[in-house]
Amino acid sequence: MSSKAFRRKLDIRNGRVDLSHGSGGRAMAHLIAEVFHDSFSNEWLARGNDQAAFDVAAGRMVMTTDGYVISPLFFPGGNIGSLAVHGTINDVAMAGARPLYLSASFIIEEGFALADLKKIADAMGAAAREAGVPIVTGDTKVVERGKADGVFISTTGVGVVAAGLDLSAEKARVGDRVLVSGTLGDHGIAVMSVRENMTFETDLMSDSAALHELVAAMVEAGGAGIRVMRDPTRGGLAATLNELAQQSRVGFRIEEEAIPVRPAVAAACELLGLDPLNVANEGKLVAIVAPEAACDLLTAMRAHPLGRDAVDIGQVVEDDHRFVQMTTSFGGGRIVDWLSGEQLPRIC
Amino acid sequence: MKYVDEYRDGNVARVLADVIASAVEESRSYRFMEFCGGHTHAISRYGLEDLLPNNIRMIHGPGCPVCVLPAGRIDMAILLAERPNVTLCVYGDLMRVPGSQGSSLLRAKARGADVRMVYSTRDATRIAEQDPNREEEFFAIGFETTTPPTPPAIRLAGKKQLTNFTIFCNHVLTPPAIQNILESPDIRDLGRVEIDGFIGPAHVSTVIGTRPYEFFAEEFGKPVVISGFEPLDVMQSILMLVRQVNDDRHDVENQYIRAVTRDGNLRAKTEVADIFELRDQFEWRGLGLVPYSGLRLKKAYAAFDAERRFEMPEISAADNPACECGAILRGVKKPVDCKLFGTVCTPETPMGSCMVSSEGACAAHWTYGRFRDMEQRRAS
Repeated sequence: MSSKAFRRKLDIRNGRVDLSHGSGGRAMAHLIAEVFHDSFSNEWLARGNDQAAFDVAAGRMVMTTDGYVISPLFFPGGNIGSLAVHGTINDVAMAGARPLYLSASFIIEEGFALADLKKIADAMGAAAREAGVPIVTGDTKVVERGKADGVFISTTGVGVVAAGLDLSAEKARVGDRVLVSGTLGDHGIAVMSVRENMTFETDLMSDSAALHELVAAMVEAGGAGIRVMRDPTRGGLAATLNELAQQSRVGFRIEEEAIPVRPAVAAACELLGLDPLNVANEGKLVAIVAPEAACDLLTAMRAHPLGRDAVDIGQVVEDDHRFVQMTTSFGGGRIVDWLSGEQLPRIC
Repeated sequence: MKYVDEYRDGNVARVLADVIASAVEESRSYRFMEFCGGHTHAISRYGLEDLLPNNIRMIHGPGCPVCVLPAGRIDMAILLAERPNVTLCVYGDLMRVPGSQGSSLLRAKARGADVRMVYSTRDATRIAEQDPNREEEFFAIGFETTTPPTPPAIRLAGKKQLTNFTIFCNHVLTPPAIQNILESPDIRDLGRVEIDGFIGPAHVSTVIGTRPYEFFAEEFGKPVVISGFEPLDVMQSILMLVRQVNDDRHDVENQYIRAVTRDGNLRAKTEVADIFELRDQFEWRGLGLVPYSGLRLKKAYAAFDAERRFEMPEISAADNPACECGAILRGVKKPVDCKLFGTVCTPETPMGSCMVSSEGACAAHWTYGRFRDMEQRRAS
């Protein structure tokens, strides 16, 4: 529906979302038109259907969905909107797939500022356009004040995988190499730096980014040698490697000195008593690759701006206990474990 | 990271490891207790045990303020937090400490108690200011290091007339606990564990100085080295202890000369002495009642003392009988000697508090070092 159908423009600067914006009536249509269609603008949304129809090439499809409830909604290097686009594109891309389309569903708390909603929608639109993956369908609900935390976003993504490519979590083999695409912990620390009760000054930005182009470059350079890829989001590298160890029934041996961590991240972790290996990333990937393919893949990663700092951090080893073990910078050994519950700062 | 990386240099560590290896005498064994959980964490986190000769054994002592807090104090805090119109402010790692019968502040929060995680005493007074109609309690906990921030909070609350602010005081003292360990029958009479030296916590000594340790180094004939928390600090302190043992000396030595003096921080000590007084005794998890080892607010500050103001009943709750936290904290047993370790007691479901904080002996061993148990089992 074009916004010309409405007599007055939404007061985006000062207005707030109220329950009528989720009621299915004119107010909702108005909100969708002036906020979402305006920000996402594409031919599928323009047709105004409850679904998007599109052609796909024959082959294997990939589908994923993710909910975004981040607090605070705005952080250095992005906001919940750009994150909701990047995160879902990355989940599709980790299958070695080319992401094609996204859907987006919004649960908005009554009273949420329209200006903030527009800012979020603009960031989503920009992220989707930049990635070349349009948001082709969506949904809006408004809940009473106190029943959500500003806005929650769910996005679903679909994509296609090239013939012959079948990356999967159970495919890591003893001797495979572990590659990471860049510095760890940037996103988590950037977000923590602006949390209400914890504000500290840092120039650090979230690494939130769509990784599908990097993945495409890797697939082209040696897709057959990639066993599995994953983006180490919540729980960080530690959680990702522990998951893969369980799923592939192997262990990992990584080298602390090889793991890239920015000084600002290391310093913040030091201050807060956190381990960068447990901290979230939103623009990094971990690839478990056949040893003979590692060199070519690293070269391809480093040739891409999002993989510039890519490194080989270790290998897959045989281990009935599925431990992720790390040689420390001192040459000693230790386990890199899952996080237990939330990361809790230590008192001293 | 300037001023940190220097103390984490792997190349220096390897050199220091060689020096330690050549300093130890083969016929001797060196059993050193690091009192403080911060050292336990550094040892585990950097895998220092792999760099030490076999006849040096590190015994992880009781020095994690969260670990030594008995279940009863957690139960008392939960009762406090569950009162109507009460906000309880706590440091993060207290949230999961088990009280009795599987309770914890995290669970109390899930049931509706207003428990909030704070990062400083100032956060706590700020919350009291923001909501004058709610009673706001601060769970004050920690050794000599984390005690000095509490007096300014009390003074600020007095100045701003924050009549809704009180503290639940759980501050404890290091020297009485070390003395208690050395006097325990396990160690003194039964000789079940011989401790050849202590690594003392530098952050405590930045406040109290090194002097309080002189008495028992002399009395018990054990060397003490006050050590920083960076891994190279710990290694250097181990070397200093090895040399004292070799020379049959039992001095208090200061490795952390960059911040620790013999008399400590006089101003911090005065502030603490102005506001707090010694309790006759205080319960420690694993050690039981330790005389003159805990602090409480002086009578003049009773209005800020949650225990007095809310007439909180003392609760003493028994630990799980199978939990070996006590023996582990005293260095008599290792985490793997406990039947619960890694079976029902893991960081996700801690039974004893050694498993809660990352500084606890059990959690540090589980999180960083349990692969060694498997290796040992395989070797045997």
